[in-house]
Amino acid sequence: MAIDILMPALSPTMEQGKLAKWLKKEGDKVKPGDVLAEIETDKATMEVEAVDEGVLAKILVGDGTDNVAVNTPIAVLAGEGEDLATAAANAKMPDLVAAPAAAPAAPVVSEAPATVPAAPAAPQVAYDAGAEVPAGTEMVSMTVREALRDAMAEEMRRDGNVFVMGEEVAEYQGAYKVTQGLLQEFGAKRVVDTPITEHGFAGIGVGAAFTGLRPIVEFMTFNFAMQAIDQIINSAAKTLYMSGGQLGAPIVFRGPNGAAARVGAQHSQDYAAWYSAIPGLKVVMPYSAADAKGLLKSAIRDANPVVFLENEILYGQSFPVPVMDDFTIPIGKARIHRQGKDATIVSFGIGMTYAIKAAEELAKEGIDVEIIDLRTIRPMDIETVVASVIKTGRCITVEEGYPQSGVGAEIAARIMENAFDYLDAPVIRVTGKDVPMPYAANLEKLALPNVGEVVQAVKAVTYR
Amino acid sequence: MAVAARKAGRVASGAANKSISNKSAARKAAPNTPQFSKDEDLSAYRDMLLIRRFEEKSGQMYGMGLIGGFCHLYIGQEAVVVGMQMATKEGDQLITGYRDHGHMLACGMDAKGVMAELTGRRGGLSKGKGGSMHMFSKEKHFYGGHGIVGAQVSLGTGIAFANHYRDNGNVCLTYFGDGAANQGQVYESFNMAQLWKLPVVYVIENNRYAMGTAVSRASAQTDFSKRGVSFGIPGEQVDGMDVRAVYAAGQRAIEHARSGKGPYILEMQTYRYRGHSMSDPAKYRTKDEVTRMREEHDPIEQVRRRLLESWKLSEDELKVIDGKVREIVNEAAEFATHDPEPDPSELYTDILL
Repeated sequence: MAIDILMPALSPTMEQGKLAKWLKKEGDKVKPGDVLAEIETDKATMEVEAVDEGVLAKILVGDGTDNVAVNTPIAVLAGEGEDLATAAANAKMPDLVAAPAAAPAAPVVSEAPATVPAAPAAPQVAYDAGAEVPAGTEMVSMTVREALRDAMAEEMRRDGNVFVMGEEVAEYQGAYKVTQGLLQEFGAKRVVDTPITEHGFAGIGVGAAFTGLRPIVEFMTFNFAMQAIDQIINSAAKTLYMSGGQLGAPIVFRGPNGAAARVGAQHSQDYAAWYSAIPGLKVVMPYSAADAKGLLKSAIRDANPVVFLENEILYGQSFPVPVMDDFTIPIGKARIHRQGKDATIVSFGIGMTYAIKAAEELAKEGIDVEIIDLRTIRPMDIETVVASVIKTGRCITVEEGYPQSGVGAEIAARIMENAFDYLDAPVIRVTGKDVPMPYAANLEKLALPNVGEVVQAVKAVTYR
Repeated sequence: MAVAARKAGRVASGAANKSISNKSAARKAAPNTPQFSKDEDLSAYRDMLLIRRFEEKSGQMYGMGLIGGFCHLYIGQEAVVVGMQMATKEGDQLITGYRDHGHMLACGMDAKGVMAELTGRRGGLSKGKGGSMHMFSKEKHFYGGHGIVGAQVSLGTGIAFANHYRDNGNVCLTYFGDGAANQGQVYESFNMAQLWKLPVVYVIENNRYAMGTAVSRASAQTDFSKRGVSFGIPGEQVDGMDVRAVYAAGQRAIEHARSGKGPYILEMQTYRYRGHSMSDPAKYRTKDEVTRMREEHDPIEQVRRRLLESWKLSEDELKVIDGKVREIVNEAAEFATHDPEPDPSELYTDILL
């Protein structure tokens, strides 16, 4: 059977082009791969190659023809043993000014949905974090630093596929001593000192995770992880989706995030909002030692990439931690830190320190606030937030990150979408200021949120 | 199609390929090029032809609007991945960048699944959600298919890290181009691979152009086999148009990596006949250059000639092979044209496990 050779498209947006010249003439034998003709658009040129074997029976569109619509037949190829004259005679001359011919095999389109399908709905019931630690469990006081170390050690004992890599994690015992003692217990194979090369070792971690190992990649601080953000987002977060579910990266990226003290603009940035924007990542930011331990253990066991944001100032703070054989906290569940009825404060990580002090001050003035510690930024436990706002009618958010497109902005939007009718005042965001972090002590203090701002915000929404 | 003759592999001459000049005259088979058995030549011919025909069909289907977005064809470079695959053993992994169709076919991934992914259909290897640059196969140890130039070098080094961690004796072949060779993370990876003696072979496919930028316009050191010198990583330049030279060099490199000596660099001197992607201005090189490479150095033509002249196969016998290859490709195209698009519900699946 004669085969129509069609005008090809150089790009998905091309509708027509010029048939610059024919390199074969009628009657020529052609083999697959032979260049038949050249076509041009204003931005590119392309060769039309033969795909089938045969004889060029008839050229339908001549050299130098402009505005040839994509998928227009430009020539007819006669198959082996076929009569040339018949093939040529049967060919229909194309109408060059017509609209582009329909694609010869229109893609089989599934029932086109009128609207984008809705994302799976989340449960509407607020989570009860109170059940995480059974009543009567013995508690010990422990720093966040020790809790994180214990979480890693316990998971490394449990699973030989878990290893830690990063700068100064082994012999130096951790730049912030979070990995203290791990080298001694697990050896250099599982506690790996890397060169100062974030982009490279983040990629190595992701590659190892593709094979099923469970790397914990420590960044000395998340400020340095900007060098590695391509591997975190493009390789770790997206591969499961791009592979149709075949290949994921069970990896934890952890380290201190946000401002420490007096370290200047490049070492003082909060990345919670950045990573929380990315589907395919989980983002955890604990405040207390118990949450740090329980959530890090869950993160290491999680089959997905988890960005685990710690805080240098919190490392040395002590909290009660339950003495349990295997204490884990589910990712994606907020904790009501303090019950109250007048206003809801939503915070996470070090933001909680401002929220808690503000609540104490406000209590003295008879204002009873509820504090929600989000703990996980993505997936966000918006049900717990909404349930609280329905009760209090007022909400403020507290974070050290920037205001624009921050986590607080996201919470405010979700509250509008889910609890607008319950609001008695606009949501107020208390955030870091919209400036690079200054070095001078007084300016740095001004750039960070403070307890006074939180108190003021709560008074504003409660009209006091 | 599997690389059938892999196990029948003969031991190649141990002598390293001498540096082959980019001037094409020097590309005549080097005196120490190893010889292939008839089976090896046949196997290489089939595997390279499958890639060639598959890519031609992809180009055609792109022209018909069935394939969208980016589509980077491997035509001209077939000997590189086919020769390297012949030198691997079961368990060895491979990972590459965006010009990845050839790698997938060479490691035995289903042509129908690859083509249906190109057309974005539910039967595609990534359910239509990855596209031309993003396919994977755990079963065939193929780790993608990566669209960010150079990212696969760190990832491949990480796969080698896992081999080392597990002490499983496998080697990861990490492919990248002359363009990616200028990315910083490549050298971060070289450093750690040599520091920790990771079993990785870096296969630099030097096809002379990073998109439209000639190697000499982008690289201060155009001898890519020397890119590991400051880390003490050995390297050699290989005639990447001669599948026998690729195979022999692959064996040396893989043996080096497998024996615990660390990474090895192979600069494959090859050539891409087609544009960088489908939309290519074709202004950065002359038509003569492309024609000369096709006529004088075509990797498939070289094997075809040996099959006819040295192994005395008839044209008809080759036609049978050609026909079988064409059948696979046509079947793939047919499937990829009529397979339905993914169900809309797939939009929200495979984001998290």
